[in-house]
Order: sequence, then C-alpha cells, then structure tokens
Amino acid sequence: MAEESSASTRRRLTPFNVIAGIIVIIGLYVTVRRFTSGLSSVTHLSNSYPWGLWIAFDLLVGVALAAGGYVTSAAVYIFGMKRYHAAVRPAILTGFLGYALVVLALNYDVGRPWRLPYPFVISRGTTSLLFEVAACVALYLTVLFVEFSPAAMEWLGLKKARNLVVKLTMALTILGVILSTLHQSSLGALFLIAPSKLHPLWYSPYIHVYFFVTSTIAGLSMVIFEGSLSHHYFKDKMDAEHLAAKTDLMLGFGKAAAWVLAGYFVIKVIGIAADNNWHYLATGYGAWYLVELLGFVALPAMTYAIGVREKNTTIIRWSAVWAVLGIVVNRFNVCLVAFNWYLPAEERYFPHWMEVAISVFVVTLGLLAFRFIVTRMPILYAHPDYETH
Amino acid sequence: MRISRRRFLGWMGAAGAAGALPRAARAASNKVFEGYAGSKAVLHDITRCIGCRKCEAACNSVNALPKPEKPFDDLSVLETKRRTTAEAYTVVNQFTPQAAEAKRVYVKKQCNHCLEPACASACFVKAFTKTPEGPVVYNPDVCVGCRYCMIACPFDIPAYEYHKALDPKVMKCTMCHPRLLEGKLPGCVEACPTEALVFGMRDDLIRVARDRIQSYPERYLDHIYGEHEMGGTSWLYVTGTAYAQVGMREDLGNTAAGQLTSGALSAVPMVVGLWPVLLTGIYAINKRKEKIAAQEQAAAVQAAVEKVQAEAAVKLKAAVEKAEKEKAAAIDREVKKALADAAKEKEDKSI
Repeated sequence: MAEESSASTRRRLTPFNVIAGIIVIIGLYVTVRRFTSGLSSVTHLSNSYPWGLWIAFDLLVGVALAAGGYVTSAAVYIFGMKRYHAAVRPAILTGFLGYALVVLALNYDVGRPWRLPYPFVISRGTTSLLFEVAACVALYLTVLFVEFSPAAMEWLGLKKARNLVVKLTMALTILGVILSTLHQSSLGALFLIAPSKLHPLWYSPYIHVYFFVTSTIAGLSMVIFEGSLSHHYFKDKMDAEHLAAKTDLMLGFGKAAAWVLAGYFVIKVIGIAADNNWHYLATGYGAWYLVELLGFVALPAMTYAIGVREKNTTIIRWSAVWAVLGIVVNRFNVCLVAFNWYLPAEERYFPHWMEVAISVFVVTLGLLAFRFIVTRMPILYAHPDYETH
Repeated sequence: MRISRRRFLGWMGAAGAAGALPRAARAASNKVFEGYAGSKAVLHDITRCIGCRKCEAACNSVNALPKPEKPFDDLSVLETKRRTTAEAYTVVNQFTPQAAEAKRVYVKKQCNHCLEPACASACFVKAFTKTPEGPVVYNPDVCVGCRYCMIACPFDIPAYEYHKALDPKVMKCTMCHPRLLEGKLPGCVEACPTEALVFGMRDDLIRVARDRIQSYPERYLDHIYGEHEMGGTSWLYVTGTAYAQVGMREDLGNTAAGQLTSGALSAVPMVVGLWPVLLTGIYAINKRKEKIAAQEQAAAVQAAVEKVQAEAAVKLKAAVEKAEKEKAAAIDREVKKALADAAKEKEDKSI
C-alpha cells in the first residue's frame, strides 16, 4: 500500500507539476494583493500608461494567439479542406481556453470587474471600439464554448445533445469567422483614436486591417506550434488519423502562413508609403520597426516557404515559433513601445514583476486546463461511438 | 450620446444588442458639430498668468481633494513639470522659453472640455457626457475602470485612482459643473487674481481672444488654441510664446476624436452583412465542386467499367468462337480419323 501511494506521489511530482504549483501559489498571492490593495500595489501602471502588460499580453496577444479556432474551422468546414479535420478540435479547445483566460485576465485589469456586463445591460457606449471588442469577445467566447461542447458531451455520454450541437457546426463556424473578423480588427482599431500618442510608424489608418491579418498568421502558426507540442506530450492520446494528418497539416498551414505573411509584408509597406513615413525609418524607432518588419514578418515568410518547399517539418515548426513571437513583438510595440514614445525614459512603463507573475499564472492555468481536457475528452482522437462531423 | 457625429449605431442589431437601434449612422456625413449654442467656456490668457497656484488651491478646496504634500503657496513645486492626477484636477507648469530676454511663462493645465470629447467617444459605458452647458462630466456609477478614456484623451487629462482596490474612479476637472448650475464661477476662475482666466459664453470668448490678438499683435501669437484643436474645446488659450514651447501640442489636428474611429466602426455592419454571403458562397462553391467531382468520378468509373466490360465481351466472344472452331476442327479431325480408321479396317479385312 505504502509503496503504491509513494509511486503515485512520485508520478504526480513531475517537474512540470512542481513548477506549475509554485506559479499557481504566487498567482494566488498576487490575486489577493490586487483585490485588497489595488493596482498600484502590483503594477507599474500610471496616468501616462493606463494600459500595461495585462492589456498588451493577456488581451492583445492572447486574443491573437487564440485565432487558431476560427482559422482551422473555417479551413475545414467552409473552405472544404477536410484533410485537416483532425486539427479542428484541438484548435477549438485552444481558442476556447484562450478567450476564457483573456476574460479572466481582464478581471484583474479593470477597476470594477463585476461591472464587465455593464456595456451590454446598463449603458451601451456604442461609439466605442471597445464596445465592439467587448460584444464580439463575449459572443465569440459563447460560440467557442458551444463549438467545443460536443467533445465534452461525448465524454459525458450525452448523445442526443451532442448530435444536436453538431448540426449547428456550419452556422457556428460562420458566426465565429464574422465575430473574429470584427474583434480581431477592432483590437487594432482601439488605437485609431490616439494618433498623437502612437509613433507614426505604428499608427496607421489601416491598423485594424493589420491586426486582423496578423491574427490569421497567429492562428495558423499556433495550430502548427501547438500541434507539435501535443504530438510530443500527448502522443499516446492520438489516434491514427491525428498521427497521420500531422505532416500534411504542417505543410498546408505552413504554406498558408507563408503567403499571408508575404501579403502582410506588402500591406505594411503600402502603409508606410500611404502616410509617407519613410523618413522615420532612419531613426532609432525606425530601426526597431525594421527589426519587426524584416525579422518577424519577412524572415518567417521566407523560412515557412523554404520549409514547405523542402517538406522539412523542423523548419516549419521553428518558423511557427518565430511567427508567434513576431505577434508578441507587434502587439507589445503598438501597446507599449510605440505608445507615448516621446516621453522621457523615467516616465516610460516597464512591467512590475507581479504583472508578469499574473500573466504567467494565467498561461499556466491554460496549460493545466488543456492537459485536464485532452487526457479525458476526445480531442486528439475520434470517439469510437460517434461519427465525425 | 447627443452629438450627431458619433451616432453610428447601425451595427448594433446584428451584434445582438438590439436596444439602441433606431439612430442614423452619420459617420460620413458632412455635418459639423460646433458645440452647443450658448455653452460656457474659459479663456486662459497665458501672458497674464503669474504662476501663483491660487487656482490649484481653489480647485483643491471646491472639489474636496486631499491636501498635497507641499502647500499651494510653495512655488518650488513649479520647478518640475507636472500633469493632472487623481488628487489634482489642475496644475500650473512653468516654462522658460529659449529666447535670451524671455521671462518665465506659466500655463494652467486641466480638462479642455472638448466639444466632441475623445473620452466620451471611447467610453464603452457612456460614462462621459458633454453637457449643453459646456463641461464634460463623468459618471462613476457606470464606470468599469477600463481606462480607455485615458488612452484616448489627446491632452493626457483623465487620471485614475490606482491605489483603490475595489472602487477606483477616473478623476478629472468638471469645469465645476455643479457650481455652474448654481450660477457660480468655476473655482479656479473665481480665484485667479490676474484675470488670466475668464469665464463666459464660448462664442463671446473667441471674440474676446480675437480682439486681444488684434489689439496687441506684438503681445500675442495669432492662434487661439482650442478654437479648432481636436474639433474645438471649451477651454481656450491665447499666448505670446509658441504653444509647442509651453507644453501644448500643436500636432493634434482639427479632427474630432469620434471621426478617427468612425471609418473602422462603419465597416462593422458591412462585415456583418456580407460575410455570411461570402462564406456560405465559398462553402457552396466548394460543395458544388465536390459534387461535380464526385459525379465526374462516378461517370468516369462507369465509362471505364463499360469499356472493360465491352472489351471483355469481345474477348469472350473471340475465345468462344475460337473454342468452337477448335472444337469443330477437332470433331472434323476425329471424324476423318474414324473414317480413315474404318477404311483401313475394311482394307485389312478384304485382304
């Protein structure tokens, strides 16, 4: 008996679990501080920088990286690429968890989180792009929940309800693409109102288009990235269809990502030309802008293309990691680096370690939830009792 | 929101929040809102300001704000540049222009009470209202605390109570709206000993400002700040020193904040209307392609089968004919052989 229980304790005390446990404990500590002593006790936010890491990373990056759900379901159900069907459920799950965590993180950032439904029920500020973001994120979170629910229902054995929801697949997919188009772009459009605060290279009348296009890059790259992680850590949960589809998926999504990145590069250059911002490229900010544009847009576009041509999944996988990093760089640039760029260094924002702790905490919760679900529900394999949809 | 330029609500129904439907979208109309008729404003004559901080003290007391660390008669505060905070709705800053003989210049900073405020346009719960009297006021009862107003404000005015855990508010100058309704002057205007602040109807104050500029062209620059900036504000300024040198941005443009986002907002109903058509269209095209491909495949299979069958039939027929021929030949051969045998036997017997 004693031996058995110590063996199961050892199985649970994996390095991942220990680290995750420590992060969760720190996260809970910061949570208590946030809701007892206020934002000033856990953040470096100021009157000049009302938005910090929690908006830049948890909201802007979080929403972009959760785009895999709409990208994959659109590819499979609307564009008819049925050979990627195995990727739909993991992508929907990641999207659902991503959006749920975005909403969770917002509860830390806003002053009175219990008022988050106010824009819908108490006082509708429809002239605000943030209203559009809030409305679409709330609706899309619901859509993702419904899209994800068949997996949970198969696990719970709710056959009738599951078959009913599956009939809605097409409608939900279309709704998901509409809502994603709107709020992914609106997150960029939030900054349209502040042309005097954002550096001209990042402020653009096309910024909402940029945010939407990069969300598809993020979605494609995340599906590749997360697919290879799952393949590594949850291989035993995958059925033959999932294992066989892996290379095909990487080649297909990698090719799409290469093209979208190339298109994005072109519209970014058009943006510089339209505002005649060429002269800014010779400044320090211009150099950093070129790092973003050449290093995190042009470069992954190239490496993706090479990976696809050579049918080299290692190159594609690293391109995906790099492209995801590029999204992070872009959102941080817009929200933090280019924002109030003219302020002297001592008035600039740099996150408090507790802000970082909460962001890491939220991501860790996501990983734990993902692991909990894929080890129980039919995400990486098809349930033998049900027809695929 | 009573201001016509910011009424782009058409997309609401599709987004599911049908409550605010029947208002026209005029994002792209050529209507210009020039402020409520008879609305009040304040003219700040920078050349008259002596940096005494009496306005700051008055503001602090009429708004019952916490006492600052250094008292208001301590002018050493002016040595560092300040902005408005949750504890100070207005601050006076000191500037030393570059010209050699130039003396120090003092500028009061507070909410400019835009005619079409960025904060009001940005707020997703309509916590900010441009009142017909002129002030832009804030309603803490609906505020969620997202701080988008602070991102949006081009003058860096709204401040936030970051130290409050559960009931933080956005804090900013109210132009003493409650006092105006009682017929009193704003606290700062009342306290100003040099008439560097003058309260009145906005239209009148623009005439006063223009008159000063015309009467003393050597004293003033020909630019009333706030007449057109960001679509116009209810706080107006005249100066003898370039605005850019006294901490006031001259690159804000004359577009009201709401117009900066109206284009992106007006795209929303188009996406809602057209995406379903586009996406179902793509779906239908793919479905049809698949169907045609399936039909063609079936037809091709059918043809191939028929061809094979026909070829097989021909082969079979040939084989049968050949077999029959062979059979006939064999019979023939056997008959001949039998006849030959019989003939031979007969011959043998006859011998």
